[in-house]
Amino acid sequence: MTRVKDAARASGESRRAFLRASVAVGGGLLLDFSLPGALRARAGSAAASTLNAFVQISNDGAVTIVSKNPEIGQGIKTMLPMLIAEELDVDWASVRIEQALSDPARFGVQFAGGSRATPLNWEPLRRVGAAARQMLMTAAAQTWSVPVAECDTESGNVIHVPTKRSLSYGRLASKAATLAAPDLAQVALKDPKNFKIIGKSQPGVDSPLVVTGKPLFGIDVTVPGMLYAVFVKSPVFGGTVASANLEAVKAQAGVRDAFIVSGGPVFNGLAGGVAIIGTNWWQVDKARETLQVVWEEGATAAQSSAGFAKQAVELATQAPGSKLVADGDVTQALGASARRLEAAYSYPFISHATLEPQNCTAHFRDGKVEIWAPTQNPDAGRKIVAKTLGLTDADITIHMIRCGGGFGRRLMNDYMVEAAWISKQAGAPVKLLWNRQDDMQHDFYRPAGFHFFKAGLDNAGKLQAFSDHFVTFGENGKAAPSADMGASEFPAKFVPNIELGISFMPLGIPTGPLRAPGSNGLAFVFQSFIDEVAHAAGQDPLQYRIDLLGERRQVGAFDAGRMIDVLALVRDKSGWARRKVPKGSGMGVAFYYSHLGYFAEVVHATVAAGGKITVDKVWVASDVGSQIINPTGAENQVQGAALDGIGEALGQVITLENGRVVQSNFNDFLLLRMNQAPPVEVHFLKSEHPPTGLGEPALPPVLPALCNALFAATGVRIRSLPINPQLFA
Amino acid sequence: MLYTLLINGKVCKVEADPQMPLLWVLRDLLDMKGTKFGCGRSFCGACTVHSNGAPIRSCVTPVSSVGSASITTIEGVAGTVLGRSVQSAWLSVDVVQCGYCQAGQIMSASALLAKNPKPSDADIDKAMSGNICRCATYTRIRAAIKQAAGMPIADSRDTLA
Repeated sequence: MTRVKDAARASGESRRAFLRASVAVGGGLLLDFSLPGALRARAGSAAASTLNAFVQISNDGAVTIVSKNPEIGQGIKTMLPMLIAEELDVDWASVRIEQALSDPARFGVQFAGGSRATPLNWEPLRRVGAAARQMLMTAAAQTWSVPVAECDTESGNVIHVPTKRSLSYGRLASKAATLAAPDLAQVALKDPKNFKIIGKSQPGVDSPLVVTGKPLFGIDVTVPGMLYAVFVKSPVFGGTVASANLEAVKAQAGVRDAFIVSGGPVFNGLAGGVAIIGTNWWQVDKARETLQVVWEEGATAAQSSAGFAKQAVELATQAPGSKLVADGDVTQALGASARRLEAAYSYPFISHATLEPQNCTAHFRDGKVEIWAPTQNPDAGRKIVAKTLGLTDADITIHMIRCGGGFGRRLMNDYMVEAAWISKQAGAPVKLLWNRQDDMQHDFYRPAGFHFFKAGLDNAGKLQAFSDHFVTFGENGKAAPSADMGASEFPAKFVPNIELGISFMPLGIPTGPLRAPGSNGLAFVFQSFIDEVAHAAGQDPLQYRIDLLGERRQVGAFDAGRMIDVLALVRDKSGWARRKVPKGSGMGVAFYYSHLGYFAEVVHATVAAGGKITVDKVWVASDVGSQIINPTGAENQVQGAALDGIGEALGQVITLENGRVVQSNFNDFLLLRMNQAPPVEVHFLKSEHPPTGLGEPALPPVLPALCNALFAATGVRIRSLPINPQLFA
Repeated sequence: MLYTLLINGKVCKVEADPQMPLLWVLRDLLDMKGTKFGCGRSFCGACTVHSNGAPIRSCVTPVSSVGSASITTIEGVAGTVLGRSVQSAWLSVDVVQCGYCQAGQIMSASALLAKNPKPSDADIDKAMSGNICRCATYTRIRAAIKQAAGMPIADSRDTLA
């Protein structure tokens, strides 16, 4: 997810933000968070300014807070406003929340990815709320001609403490709006022990609309005069249209037009294909049955999953293309070791499979385009649309619509540029909707990976030598998106002799971040192989990990002590080593550090005589800092992430044959279902560190914990995903 | 063809191709967006509605096959006390993550409870496993069903406390 990190760095974190106060339309206080030098277009757009201010307090006391980031199910539309409301000191129930437009000039970076919203906003948004509170107190102090120091606030009122006089925020809002906004860095923040909103479970703010079936998602958007579109792309990635029977398609019921889009070679842009537009989506989708396309398939037609697996094994017999880590002397240490292990691991391509298929509504007119998109990364989409349609950023308005799942898929905006292009050509507003097969066969997949491990133990079972040859995808020494590995991959720096090498295979299919990118595959292979090492040493796999972590110390960004603590916590909570485990069942453990979060997880699983796997329970212990901002949302994210990982391990694989994806729907790409979902017990260990994000880091360790449990249950080691139950039969 | 459908207690006249699935009649002809498209093949359950009280997958139900059946969608589930109690349990348990599947989950759950007011965990597994939740909010869906049924929300399968 490098791209997103870069975006965050460029537009927000290092540049000092400030607030601007102004009078809201109709009176009241409007507080707007801004970046120095940012483009501002306030004059003449008062209505829009009102909608997009961070905080608005009306004269009647109504408080509106704008949530600036895309909502994909991570609960951000609830959590970010909680931060402001807490320091503003208003009742949560009195707050109205608006979704922001995509407007980086006003809101800075707006994206949903990398579990970054908590670390990026924890302090800045509280400061916005505290600044507003300070201005309201100043306004009251001036009204009463008393020192500000004698004032306090309570539930949307300023109180003059000595005289117990009070004025509501609504009464003070217009006066506060005439004051200069304070320096954000100087405003005082609450002592966390006085929090009334943060740390209390606040249910999702949109949930009442969800349970009553109100239009809420991208697929629900309706624009007057809108046509519906499907876009048929080459089954082989990168293929283009040679010819198509457009006239026959145009003759189908409900079809208004069909045309060829040439497209370009960039995956995250406009692909080649055939657009069919008409008056209802079902009819344009059905018209595909008539469509016949001759494709120029291109070179990727020669690629397959089986071919990559064979190529990886061949590459593993050679020296790695490059070394990420080379500490000590692995060859010598392996030779000198009392016990040696070797194992080959792999994981497959998998798809994001958001339940809401990719879609976007766009309206191109007069050289401008208005877009309604379920997207995790709107401004990146704006740039692609601008480039492809020859527009400027200012020509493009993007409404961020609630996403029916993201998981990283909607960091890419291919559907956005398709909708914009088709609307331009159609001369009408268009809702583009992919069908499930389109969605599954045109993803930015979690890249497959192949790992060839060696380990050497001394007489005491201590790990003295470790090597991995990671065969992955990329070209010219550069990894394909999300196919890389860092030099800090554990156990680097924790074993005296260690070598992590990497080799690349060229790949013609798009890859990209999937929930806990990189980590979702690497955790499985590293934490499974370390389990093998622990068993080879004849030691308890949980204690072996604690011993391997060793001294409590900081190693780069990683704090070994925090990980030891969550391992100890999960040992305690799961009854590890104390629990009597029946025959056919087993418990497995794994830990993983990603997205600044420390997670240790234990799985209890059972394998029946015929090989049927039951995951009985998952225990999660985590350290994501000093404060769980919204406990109900936090637990939901962790349970969902752990179950998501179980689903990946049990059933998910995307197979490539002849450059195209074999799977097409949920009958062959298997998502976890109710009858497979075990109870997940979640524990948060509070530490003295700033809070960090929870969308992703609970996922990676559950895969190896499950596989390690299956080994404990059966003695069969899972070295390839998804788990093949026939191994137990 | 002109069809006369009974949806959420109201008579709706709609001109549609006989093969057009009820899902798309609801969404795009009648502008009832609550019922969701997930797979188009009855694999995911996002499109679940009730036909005479029984859960059906509207994405594979041609409008011509609906006839005089009474159809209930998420927009009409609050028409019964049970439906309202399911919605309210969904909110108080705070089930929702992305929310996309939840209309279908609520329709399957309310159909289950109408037939079986005190379902066991095995009953819940059986009735709900046709509905995929990609965010995997299954723990809370299970709890919300039990809460709506007035049962303790503890998971009887969890013997490893």
